[in-house]
Amino acid sequence: MKTKVLAIDDSRTIRNLLAATLEEAGFEYHCAVDGREGVDMYPDVDPDVVITDINMPNLDGFGVIEELRGHGINSKVPILVLTTESAPELKARARGAGATGWITKPFDDASLIFALKRVTGAAA
Amino acid sequence: MSGSIQDTFFEECEELLEATDEGLTAIEGGDHNPEVVNAIFRAVHSIKGGAGAFGLDDLVAFAHRFETVFDEVRSNRLDLDEKLIQLLLRSSDHLSALVEVARDGGQIDEPHHDTLLAALDEYIPEEEEDLTFEPMGLGGPAPMMDLGGLGGVPAKPQEETYRIRFQPLKEMYGTGNEPFFLFQALKDLGDLTVKLDENELPGFDAMDMDEAYLAWDLVLITKEPRSVVEAVFEFVEGLCELSIAGDGDAEAEANALAALDAMFSAPPLPEASLEAAAAAEGEAPAAPFEAPVPAPVPEAKPAAAEEKASAPKAESGKQEQRGGPKPTLRVELERVDRLINAVGELIINHSMLAQQIANLNVSDTRDVETELEGFKNLARDIQEGVMAIRAQPVKPLFQRMARIVREASAATGKTCKLVTEGENTEVDKTVIERLSDPLTHILRNAVDHGIEKPEDRESAGKVRTGEIRLSASHRSGSVCIEIRDDGAGVNRPRVKQIAIEKGLIPENAELTDGEIDNLLFAPGFSTAKEISNLSGRGVGMDVVKNAVTGLGGRINISSAPGKGSTFTIILPLTLAVMDGMVVSVADQTMVVPITSIVETMRGSDDMINSLGADGTLLSIRGNFVPICDVAGALGLYRGSDQQAGVYLLVETETGQRCALAVDDIHDQRQVVIKSLDGVCGEIPGVAAATILGDGKIAMILDPESIIAASPTAAAFDTERRMSNAS
Repeated sequence: MKTKVLAIDDSRTIRNLLAATLEEAGFEYHCAVDGREGVDMYPDVDPDVVITDINMPNLDGFGVIEELRGHGINSKVPILVLTTESAPELKARARGAGATGWITKPFDDASLIFALKRVTGAAA
Repeated sequence: MSGSIQDTFFEECEELLEATDEGLTAIEGGDHNPEVVNAIFRAVHSIKGGAGAFGLDDLVAFAHRFETVFDEVRSNRLDLDEKLIQLLLRSSDHLSALVEVARDGGQIDEPHHDTLLAALDEYIPEEEEDLTFEPMGLGGPAPMMDLGGLGGVPAKPQEETYRIRFQPLKEMYGTGNEPFFLFQALKDLGDLTVKLDENELPGFDAMDMDEAYLAWDLVLITKEPRSVVEAVFEFVEGLCELSIAGDGDAEAEANALAALDAMFSAPPLPEASLEAAAAAEGEAPAAPFEAPVPAPVPEAKPAAAEEKASAPKAESGKQEQRGGPKPTLRVELERVDRLINAVGELIINHSMLAQQIANLNVSDTRDVETELEGFKNLARDIQEGVMAIRAQPVKPLFQRMARIVREASAATGKTCKLVTEGENTEVDKTVIERLSDPLTHILRNAVDHGIEKPEDRESAGKVRTGEIRLSASHRSGSVCIEIRDDGAGVNRPRVKQIAIEKGLIPENAELTDGEIDNLLFAPGFSTAKEISNLSGRGVGMDVVKNAVTGLGGRINISSAPGKGSTFTIILPLTLAVMDGMVVSVADQTMVVPITSIVETMRGSDDMINSLGADGTLLSIRGNFVPICDVAGALGLYRGSDQQAGVYLLVETETGQRCALAVDDIHDQRQVVIKSLDGVCGEIPGVAAATILGDGKIAMILDPESIIAASPTAAAFDTERRMSNAS
């Protein structure tokens, strides 16, 4: 079974980049355009891992983490946040909210796959 | 693949830049709503994110600076004062320029770039700058970077053995990190042995479900540098007790010994392979007694139930939250154009059908005609529907114009603001595209020549900041674009003097104010005393006029001295269909655009007066209008039984009137415009062609160029000016 990824990002460019990399690597890719849609889609997609941007309209990345962890739907699902710069306080805040890890933009294929590997054990 | 993603990026950039502009314009207008600021921050942030993915470093660096200032604003550490708003507006313009350079190539304006960067830096607190450039990681070494090499020379890959002690804190389990997955990632690096240490596991009674009791001792043999091994634990740093000891260093040796001591002092555990550890992990929830990993079984079912219960709520919430944009569909332009062509054919098909029914000579055609009328209405509905697909709001165009005005103001040292109205007016996509250049030119002119210097404005009793108002509206089947400035107005004596110097008008010509103003559109006319770098190099407003008439539109100027000038552009709603009057000239059927016809009349001999040898004038209610015979203008000869007896009174943009002589008027109808480009060269007097109901091709006339070529009209015009002068 393919590993299911739910990516939440308001940037079409980033969504396309993620889709290209992940689909090529054999992941099953789902995406949402903002935090609210991501949280709404979550039960239907039932992903193995969530990748979320931080700065988004409607509901930001911290909100996504809090809602997913708080819901108890699957409080253990790995959640990776996308951050543009490696601002330590952003990571610390994301982790405080319950993020599993982070992916620093711009990401290359290898580091993206490596991050997913560390939180899902899967390379695809 | 990445090419198309890059295209997406630039497309998205357009939208993001528009959003930025829109937000900044709102801020400039006094709207300091936090959501506006947030939206701009996100837009700039997204540009930076995408730019980073494609290695567009200049763009990333600038967007970063821009975004950082915005972050200061949204955290209320910076006040949005006038100076900052102006800087942000200029930065937004520069960001657009950088995107353009990244997309189309070219040079960035380095001095400008540096000036803006420095100006933005002034708003960024120092520690903020430092923070953002800190390498990744929570204080630890940057992962994926080989720091183990000496003096930058990468160390030769050499197998090394790492002894890793990994003891998760309870906080780690709340982040969704799983030891097992980390071990799998480690296993990719080399040969891994995993040993579970459950010494700290208390008895069942003493066990706290939220505590973490397990630890692992790992031995990894790998050629990867230490930094890569550490990178595996990047996400759990601070959430576990971790020691990684290579056998290379003494300290590590000591650690390893200590670890070994620990191992031997404890009851020996069976060495487990990774698979075994995995199995243990997998079973853990089923047997909490043996492996108390948090999130035990009983919680699982209620969670699932909760999921079901919360799902419908989420669904209904979704509906409420989505008040925003309506769903849209992106379609290739080509598909829409294909549809437009088909609709054009449908309209032609309708008129052919109508014609053929008329030719049948059936006595009672009422039923058929009713149906035919229905057909016609449906065809028009479809046509309008398809046109609506091609129609776009002028908003993005207007936003670009705000930038043009800012640039022009900066270049001329004047202060102007652009006020836009009717931004949601929809116009055909091609019209919008081709309107960009003429509008740019007019606006630059307005700033350069129209708006006065701030001090001059003050002494004239005006506010220092000049205002240019750009508006769009629909007006009876046309689109009206108006550019109104509150500047000095046209300097008529000077315009007239230049026109005389350039031989555009006779020295003693007496012109109305409107005629003088419209001299600006005369070919080769340029009022700039020295060629201004801004409003073009000797390119006059005639280029603007040509662009507008090329779109089937008209442009006019009116001006009040000391109060300002207004340019009015009237454009057809669509480029594909127009209302035309079907006429016949020397046995040819032709179409004259309705928009240019003022009135039509049958002429009698007593209305015709001669002018000079060949010229004739039509007398209409006491006024004389030159007659321009369409047949003569197009080089057609009338048979002996044909005679021009019907006159179409048309008016040019300069207010010049002329009576086009045709043989007869047949009908007024909607015709589909078929371009002659690539079919035959440019024919003077002919704008395009169309297909009529009988299947014949008819030329669509261009009254402007017919009149321009008419010796009578020219002679009359000169005569009139002379007589006005005397």
